[in-house]
Order: sequence, then structure tokens, then C-alpha cells
Amino acid sequence: MSRHTLSVLVENKPGVLARIAGLFSRRGFNIDSLAVGPTEHDDVSRMTIVVNVEDSPLEQVTKQLNKLVEVLKIVELDPSGSVQRELLLVKVRADLETRSHVLETVQLFRAKVVDVAPDAVTIEATGNAEKLDALLRVLEPFGIRELVQSGMVAVGRGPRSITDRSLRPVDRPA
Amino acid sequence: MTEPSADQVSGASSLIRSLEAVGAEVVFGIPGGAILPAYDPLLDSSRVRHILVRHEQGAGHAAQGYAQATGRVGVCMATSGPGATNLVTPIADAHMDSVPMVAITGQVPSGSIGTDAFQEADIRGITMPITKHNYLVTNADDIPRTITEAFHIASTGRPGPVLVDISKDALQSSTTFRWPVEMDLPGYRPVTRPHAKQVREAARLLVEARRPVLLVGGGVIKARASAELRVLVDLTGAPVVTTLMARGAFPDSHPNHLGMPGMHGTVTAVTALQKADLIVALGARFDDRVTGKLSTFAPSATIVHADIDPAEISKNRATDVPIVGDAREVIADLIVAVQAENAAGRVGDLAGWWRMLNGWRQTYPLGFAPAPPGEIAPQHVIGRIGSIVGPEAIYTSGVGQHQMWAAQFIGYEHPGTWINSGGLGTMGFAIPAAMGAKVGRPDTTVWAIDGDGCFQMTNQELATCVVNDIPIKVAIINNGNLGMVRQWQTLFYGERYSNTDLQSRRVPDFVKLAEAYGAVGLRCEDPSQVDATIEKAMAIDDLPVVVDFVVHADAMVWPMVPAGTSNDEILAARGLRPDFGDGE
Repeated sequence: MSRHTLSVLVENKPGVLARIAGLFSRRGFNIDSLAVGPTEHDDVSRMTIVVNVEDSPLEQVTKQLNKLVEVLKIVELDPSGSVQRELLLVKVRADLETRSHVLETVQLFRAKVVDVAPDAVTIEATGNAEKLDALLRVLEPFGIRELVQSGMVAVGRGPRSITDRSLRPVDRPA
Repeated sequence: MTEPSADQVSGASSLIRSLEAVGAEVVFGIPGGAILPAYDPLLDSSRVRHILVRHEQGAGHAAQGYAQATGRVGVCMATSGPGATNLVTPIADAHMDSVPMVAITGQVPSGSIGTDAFQEADIRGITMPITKHNYLVTNADDIPRTITEAFHIASTGRPGPVLVDISKDALQSSTTFRWPVEMDLPGYRPVTRPHAKQVREAARLLVEARRPVLLVGGGVIKARASAELRVLVDLTGAPVVTTLMARGAFPDSHPNHLGMPGMHGTVTAVTALQKADLIVALGARFDDRVTGKLSTFAPSATIVHADIDPAEISKNRATDVPIVGDAREVIADLIVAVQAENAAGRVGDLAGWWRMLNGWRQTYPLGFAPAPPGEIAPQHVIGRIGSIVGPEAIYTSGVGQHQMWAAQFIGYEHPGTWINSGGLGTMGFAIPAAMGAKVGRPDTTVWAIDGDGCFQMTNQELATCVVNDIPIKVAIINNGNLGMVRQWQTLFYGERYSNTDLQSRRVPDFVKLAEAYGAVGLRCEDPSQVDATIEKAMAIDDLPVVVDFVVHADAMVWPMVPAGTSNDEILAARGLRPDFGDGE
């Protein structure tokens, strides 16, 4: 099994997310992470889907996604050719005694504190999955009180845009 | 196409006028609260005939039968909630068998959606995984475009069902009807033209192969490619097998036809695939009923797989030469490419292969054990119907033993003459599908080959047939049991017959039931009367006829590849494993 990041351009219409999520569950594919948001075109949304599958089921899931009428284009982004980011908000126990240690960790990971309470701080961090995992491992001993994490978003490196050309699905070799 | 026009009308009128404009001739349906506004202008439509069925499932299967008999889009209509959920089975059936169908449902007013209103069901959500596409329309202005798109999506590419759910307020509000309207489907662009290089490669393999088989699926019928297929077969001399969904795509009488492959296929068809060095699959999807245990299917075959749906290619069996395209275009291009190979002096030599195939054909012909004295063999009844009624008629079936025998023992010569529920396996399909087929092709004789179990699931549509002058013929192959389930209990559950005895030789009295509907009821219990009874049924052409053929209950469908086993384990008859003797 290996992780694959799919960027899926879809028509911005009601029910599209349900259709895509339903397809994954019906065909027995697990989604590791899913993020949906607008693009530079009003009528197009972009989903970044991370799946953990072998190559041949990946081909099948891509083909099945392409069959959905509202799916415009699917591009697989490989980790080396793209920038991949997740957002993490974590509330860590931090009293007078430990706060300076926590803040030092925040600095080391180039994260930031977005809220402070007498016995806790809330930290915001962005990065790829490995960086955020490392941050959490360091924060864990202080006591993690609450954790929320976004799905991954990703964009290809270089000047080209996957929304540049016609927003029609590419004819892919079978 | 009508002249461009723009009129102020209700959403309901816009719907009916859209249906007229798109060329829908027949709608099978039942009104109810949420769809009621649409039924008012429907009353005035001279171009759309509405047939009031007795259960929405009947409307859906009738639309399927109509679609498969005519090649046009079948249309069914129902109200919200239970009306819509009763369409779920036929929608799923149409999805599995790629039948072009548009289902129109009423929905509660848009302001009430999500409140658990009376007769509210999220039919769009429910049907997402079983439709090719679906819509919820809450703005009357969207109706003409949605209907245009729905018919386009249902009938192009790989056909399938499209559901259009319309809220009651959209039907009631005022709108402008415009026609024609532009479609807005930027993400829908089916590929129909095959890749020339792939076709040339397939042609090269075809002339080089020593043991090729053309595996023909339902896509050949959908693409109306039978004439092209015939040319390809005569050009290459290759053997042909037709799947359950493709019966009729190639004439059974043609010497190159080995019959149906799969769980209840002929020994020769199943074995030809197992021993093949090349399988050219045309509009087939390597269904588990065809392949048996997938890892042991056709172990030495190179696979050419042509399908209009790219997702079918390499879904089940890895493909060596994938071809995405419409079956008719693929076959037409293949013919040209094979001709080019032949012109260059490369011609297949299949003499050795045909010696093997003909040997198997001779040793393991399709047949059946005779019934005990005085009883009727169900296979005999079905075979005689096929012989007496002939290949110009349309045959529908339910699901089970009678379906398999109908696939095996009626000779099919023409595409569109065999209509059944292949993928979903929906019991009760036969009668409403026959009704729809007869409406679509009123001058053709339509026989529903049904089982006594299936018949009791949908026979209420006989009332629809009688009232609307739709004279179908129904042969109930009455063994008093859920026959196929009973067969499995015989073979795999130690003859413990748990809940398969319907006692339907006693209850109901099918003849009286037919008569109660105003149809003609006939019964045949004597083997010597089978022909006379069929002829009597054929002589009646103004009323539906139901014939209760009381048959031998222990008859079984053979050959059989037990579920989950390899096709190599095919049994020609109970306990009889063919010996191919070559260990090849």
C-alpha cells in the first residue's frame, strides 16, 4: 500500500461531496484525508484526496471518479513535485513552570501560539504530515488537551496550473 | 427538435413539454401528492402516452423493457417518498445492466425538504450509487435543461439510469419554457472512437492467435453492432460466445457460436475461454458469473478488452490490449485492420482449434434429463416455446432456473429479443418488462418466461396489461418452489429445503388469478399437451394469456460451475465432470 494524493476538480454544485465520498465507501477505498475548497474559478471546487491503496485499485478509483458527471479533472500529485500542507491546531497544557518549554518547541517548529490561557496554550502549525507528527511527538509529554487537524491540500511545483487548460477531463489511456 | 420557443407556463407544463420535445412517447407511472402537478398537463398531452401501472416497481421494469426492445430511453414517473423508493429496484437493475432510463419523481416542496415531511425521502441521496447521474430540481427554470441532460446522459456513452427529482413548488411555479436548451455538462464526454493503434494491435493478435475466442457482451447489443460482429466473425473464422446480456447479439444458428459462457454456460463455451490463447472481449465486463474464480479464469489467454466504459477495463481481469470505444466503432475498425493483416498475407489458422471445439460440442451438447413419466420437463416447455413461437418474438424472463433455461433453450437470432435482469438478478422482472417491450413493439409477440416465485412478485401488472390493451403472453414454469435456491439446497445444503417450497401448485390458482384479471388462463400438466397449449396461447392476440405449466420440481440447471470455484470445475450434469484428457 502506498499513499497517493489526488487533486480533483469538480463542478461547484450541491451534493458533489456526498457523491465522491459515497463512491469511495461503495467501492471499498479508504480516504486518509479529504479537503475541499474553492478555486480561482467560481464554478469549480477543488478536492485534495489522500488515499492509501495499491497501484491497480488507484487506477480503478481514478476511473470511477472520472465517470462522475460533475468531476472535471483528476491529477495525481507526487510528493516530490508538489507542495503539500496540513493545518494543525493543538491545545497543550502549559502552566507557569512548563510554558517556556512549550514556547521553545513552538519556535523550533516555526509554529505560532494563537491563544493563551493560564494553564494552556493553543498552537497553530502548518506543514506536511511528517513535520506535524514530529511536533505532536514533542508536545505530547506536556499533555495534549485537544487536537484538530485539516485534510491535506497540495499544489504542483513550477509555473503550470492544473486549472489552466480546458477544465474537461483528460482522455486518459485506459 | 421543435422550433425554438419561449412561453410562460407552469413548471409542470415545462416538464411535459420537455418530455414531448425530447421525444419521449411513453411514460409508465403512478401519480401521488408531490408529482400531482405534472399529471395535470400530462392529461392534455397528445404526444406522451402515460400508462398507469399498479406498482412503481412495475413502472421501472416496464421502462427497462421498453428501452431494451426499442433502443430508446425508457421513462418512468412516481411521486415522492414511497413512490420514489419503489423505483429503487428497477433503477439499480438498469444501472447494473446499462439500460437507458429516466426516472422522474416528485419531491416535497423545497421549503419542506429536510423536515421529515409527509412522504419525504431523499431519493437523490438514496439513488446516488445506483444511477449514472441524478438531479434534484427546485427551480422551474432548470427543468428543460435538466430533462435534456438526463436523456443525453442516459442514452450516450455507457447507457444507464438518470433520476430527476423535482420539488412540488418547482412544478407549481411559473416559468418560461424554452426549447431547445443548451446542456451544461463540462465533465461528461464519453469516448466512442477507439484508438487506432490499439485496434491494429488487436487485429495482429487475432490473426496470430491459435485459440482465439470472441467474448461478446451486452455492449454489442447496446451499440447495435450485430451486423458488424457477423462480418468480423466470418472474416476471422473465430468462435463466439455470448454472455447472458448478449444473447441474440449473434445468431445461435451460426456455426461459430459456441453458446453462453459462465456459471450455466455450455461446456464448450466455458472450456473454450479456459483454453483460449486470446480473448477479445467486446462490450463485456468479466462478471463473476462469467469468470468463475477469477484467478483461475482463462490462465493462458492474452486479453483484448474493448468497452465504452474505461473503468471496466482491467477492473476484474488485467488487460493486455485495452480499447476504449463504442462496440460498433471498435468492431468496424477491427474489420478493416484484420483485412489489412490478411492482405499482407497474415491469416489465422484455426483448423486445430475448431477440431477441439467441435469435439467438445459433440461430446457435451446442451441437454437435460427427461422428467419422470407423466411429468413435464421445464426445459422441454421452454424449448418448445422457442421453437413454436420462433426467433422473431421477444422473450423476457424473471430470475432463477427458468431464466437460465430460457437463455439456453430458446434459440435467439436477433438482438433485442432477449430481455432479462442479468446483473442485479431481480425476481419479478419478467411481466413488467414484457409489458414495456410490448408497448414499445406492439406488433411483436412478447412472451414472459416466468417462474412461479417471480410471478407472485409482480403479477399485478397483468391488470395494467388488460386495461391498456397490452396482450403479452406469460409462461409460468411452475415447479412450486424457488427453484434455483432449491437446486443449491440440493447440491450444497444436503437436500435440506429451508423455505423454498412455495406450494404454488395449490395456492394461488394461477388460472383463476389470470381470469380474475380479465386475462386468459390456461393450464398444462400433461407432457403431450405442451405444444397444443402453446399453440392455443399463440392463437389469442387480443388479451394477455397466462399459461400455468406445471413442471417437474427436481429438474436442475446444467451445466454448472459451482459459485466461487474455477471454470475448470464445470459439471456437465450432476456429478459429471468433463474429461478433456489433454492436461493442457
